[in-house]
Amino acid sequence: MSEFDPDGPTDVAPGEDDAESVLTYVVGLGLAVALTIVSFFIAGTSLVWGPSIPVALTVLAIAQMGVHLVFFLHITTGPDNVNNVMALAFGVLIVMLIMAGSLWIMSHMNHNMMPMEQLMQMQR
Amino acid sequence: MSGAAATDPHRLGRSSGHRHAASEHAAGGLHAKRIITGYGFWIFLLSDIIMFSGFFAAYAVLSGNTADGPSGKDLFDLRNVAIETACLLFSSFTCGIGGIGAHTRRGLWFYGAMTVTFLFGAAFLALEIHEFADLVARGAGPTRSAFLSAFFTLVGCHGLHVTAGLLWLLTMMAQVFAKGYRADILRRILCFSLFWHALDIIWVALFTVVYLMGAGQ
Repeated sequence: MSEFDPDGPTDVAPGEDDAESVLTYVVGLGLAVALTIVSFFIAGTSLVWGPSIPVALTVLAIAQMGVHLVFFLHITTGPDNVNNVMALAFGVLIVMLIMAGSLWIMSHMNHNMMPMEQLMQMQR
Repeated sequence: MSGAAATDPHRLGRSSGHRHAASEHAAGGLHAKRIITGYGFWIFLLSDIIMFSGFFAAYAVLSGNTADGPSGKDLFDLRNVAIETACLLFSSFTCGIGGIGAHTRRGLWFYGAMTVTFLFGAAFLALEIHEFADLVARGAGPTRSAFLSAFFTLVGCHGLHVTAGLLWLLTMMAQVFAKGYRADILRRILCFSLFWHALDIIWVALFTVVYLMGAGQ
């Protein structure tokens, strides 16, 4: 891009690409379909060691979200995308805190709580 | 410069360097507005995702509390979920194509792709409503257990978003038809496609956490 190119954007909106092309969406669709099929296959199969299935599903889901972000929402690591990526990073941090924090606290609480039957007995 | 700095204090519309200042100022108006609109809507979407994470956390905590009622393994029909997923994924794809069509002012692309987007979205919604009605008819409504309350809240909230998105899509098609590809209309189309893609991202988390993990337990 030349220095005085009036159309040369130095920052981009999310969902917008310099060379917004159909090909990007086709590649994204292909990857997303592949990851979805693998997810559904792994969930129903007995070929994989059982306890590893939730981990595999989580990894596949995160990969597919990444594919959506890059190919559909055009969030990239380029210097014109820093604002979008910083907002995304903050969002991901909050989501992680809410999810992990809730699960952690609630599992500890369930663990440390008296079984419900005994609790009912005491209240009688 | 001072006016631009007042409306865009964090330089969302421009790079941090000053080299481009002159050309930016001359050409910046349209670009800057589109970028700032997109950025603001991106922040809204992230806050929407954070709201969903609350529902996800509630579901994850309550998913085992079935009150001796049916669990996900008894209820979920993965074939139905696979069709729903395909509908939403393809509608996300055609929505992107429609966005390109609007950007390049090709009516056939825009109207054609957005019509397909609407049909896939409507098919998704019909399948989901059918699933909900079926669950309620089998006595597994939202009042049955904490698990089902959380399930209906989470999936229903996503369904409400899809409903709103479909209405918005129709509005955008009508606005393009009535007003043409004006800059403000194109900005709204950008926001709509961001919204629609974000719904698909939430659905990825949803079918993984709720349906695939629920059916596998």
